Amino acid sequence: MIKDILKEVESLDHRIDALQNPTPEDDAEKQLLGEETAAPADAETVETLVARRDELLEQCRNLTPADRVFLARHQGRPRVDEYIHELFTDFFEQRGDRQCSDDQSILGGIARYKGIPVTVLGHRKGSTLEENMRFRFGMPEPEGYRKALRLMEQAEKFGRPIITFIDTPGAYPGKEAEERGQGEAIARNLAEMSGLTVPIISVVTGEGSSGGALGIGVANRILMLENAVYSVLSPEGFASILWKDSTRSGEACEIMKLTAQDLLADGVVEEVIPEPLGGAQRDHKALFEALDAALERHLTQLCKMNGKALAEQRYKKYRQIGL
Amino acid sequence: MNVGKIFALGTRERTFQLKARRDAGTDNPRWRAPDFFTCKKCERRATRQVWASTLYVCPNCGYHHPVGGYYRLSMVLDHGTFHELDGELEGKNVLEFPGYDEKLEKQRAKTGLNDAVVTAYGKVGGVPAVVAVLDSRFFMGSMGTAVGEKVTRAVEYATNKHLPLIIFSASGGARMQEGIFSLMQMAKTSAAIQRFQAKGGLYISYLTHPTTGGVTASFASLGDITLAEPDALIGFAGPRVIEQTIGEKLPKGFQRAEYLLDHGFVDKVVPRGEMKQTLTQLLKLHTQGRKRGA
Repeated sequence: MIKDILKEVESLDHRIDALQNPTPEDDAEKQLLGEETAAPADAETVETLVARRDELLEQCRNLTPADRVFLARHQGRPRVDEYIHELFTDFFEQRGDRQCSDDQSILGGIARYKGIPVTVLGHRKGSTLEENMRFRFGMPEPEGYRKALRLMEQAEKFGRPIITFIDTPGAYPGKEAEERGQGEAIARNLAEMSGLTVPIISVVTGEGSSGGALGIGVANRILMLENAVYSVLSPEGFASILWKDSTRSGEACEIMKLTAQDLLADGVVEEVIPEPLGGAQRDHKALFEALDAALERHLTQLCKMNGKALAEQRYKKYRQIGL
Repeated sequence: MNVGKIFALGTRERTFQLKARRDAGTDNPRWRAPDFFTCKKCERRATRQVWASTLYVCPNCGYHHPVGGYYRLSMVLDHGTFHELDGELEGKNVLEFPGYDEKLEKQRAKTGLNDAVVTAYGKVGGVPAVVAVLDSRFFMGSMGTAVGEKVTRAVEYATNKHLPLIIFSASGGARMQEGIFSLMQMAKTSAAIQRFQAKGGLYISYLTHPTTGGVTASFASLGDITLAEPDALIGFAGPRVIEQTIGEKLPKGFQRAEYLLDHGFVDKVVPRGEMKQTLTQLLKLHTQGRKRGA
């Protein structure tokens, strides 16, 4: 299981780190204990440790769909605020749906990408437990979708390309969310997004489940990180609907075809962005570089098309999925 | 039923009427023992013939039973105007989901449908219209590739012919067995509706019991006019999921048609008996005595 491998890799990382950059406290500790700081012996251990770690990481080359679901939900994965901070400049956050409230589980605003003003938005999960709770683990209420729609309509008005980041277990299934029209909010987004005349690129960065993900994901291009997953429902929900048993989620992962590689083969996504070995959480920088290159390439292509052609291409993309 | 009326109009209408009678359960020959049906709510029992005469609305408690696709069409369309669209189109096992092919076959044999939707064009109260009916007996009316494709084609047909569109929704949501393809049907159908409406088309969305999940979050919620049948369950997340999430019991009548009416998502709750009359009125309001570009 990937979980155990990653745990071991992490502990090896710590030991290597400690050996390579011994802190003064370590030395003091050793002197207190009466140990000799034997440099050559250390060098050898570093090498063996690195070799052991690389060997473990090699096992991460052949991941099962269940492993990828685990990685897609990893707490250490970059979050939307990080993507915005690293890939964009001049970010100005826009808040509220102008009807009743501001749903924090969608983060969005105006920013520059390679100098071009764009509208950028995405599901916000938060990186600490308090943030997770506050943003309902990235599950938006209708206000979140309406805020997203407001931002996108504005992008249309000012001719800005739209870039969305998808990372959600689904739309929030709460009582108030239903009362305020969760279904209607998502449906409206799907319809409106399909008709926009600016380039739209969606990046599935973590887990994309159900209409909650699609609600900001009707795009000209869909990019997917190597270990991201995108499906009709979470594997747990899938198992509980089909077999009335949510513990069979592992089995569900195998047959759902939810990995980036499956979706690329099925023609649903356009490109898979490679992640560092062992998952994006291990090296954010490398991931951002790969994503940046792909994003720039696709955006340049799309910016050459006129508005009508963009809407037409988007319509056709979805029109041909299925039969 | 007037036999002469059935046989006068050729094979198309005759097959349609027979399918409608099969859906209504009134195709039993008279010499056989009558088939009884019991109300799901108050347990009132009567023969299928009696139920068909009340359109499967319980005369005792007013409960609206879910009805089949062809039967619903026979209630709505004018006699002799039914033309089915894409009747042969059927779903396939796109994900190679284990056991799905057999299940599809079983459902087809049980319901006589190819998939969970019947689309047709005909006249409603003299006004030509495209009508799609989702059938909850087939995989809970769930939307897979076949349903998505048929609905989209019906919408595109209405767009090209400048006809009004009526969709009766009844669905458990996206079809799980077709995975991501089912999800993408939401985008596909919504996009088609958006184009249809942008060109000035009238779309009446008629919500029947139950309309949930991916269908609620796509074409069912996009009507210019939204009608609902009394007491129909309409929502995005299912009540059980919501109760698990918030950890409390939901109030009585939550997510029902009347509740949605109070919360501003439905224009009118229309009993089945007034369905055709209401639709005719709305269609006429949009096609008669209009001044374009004034």
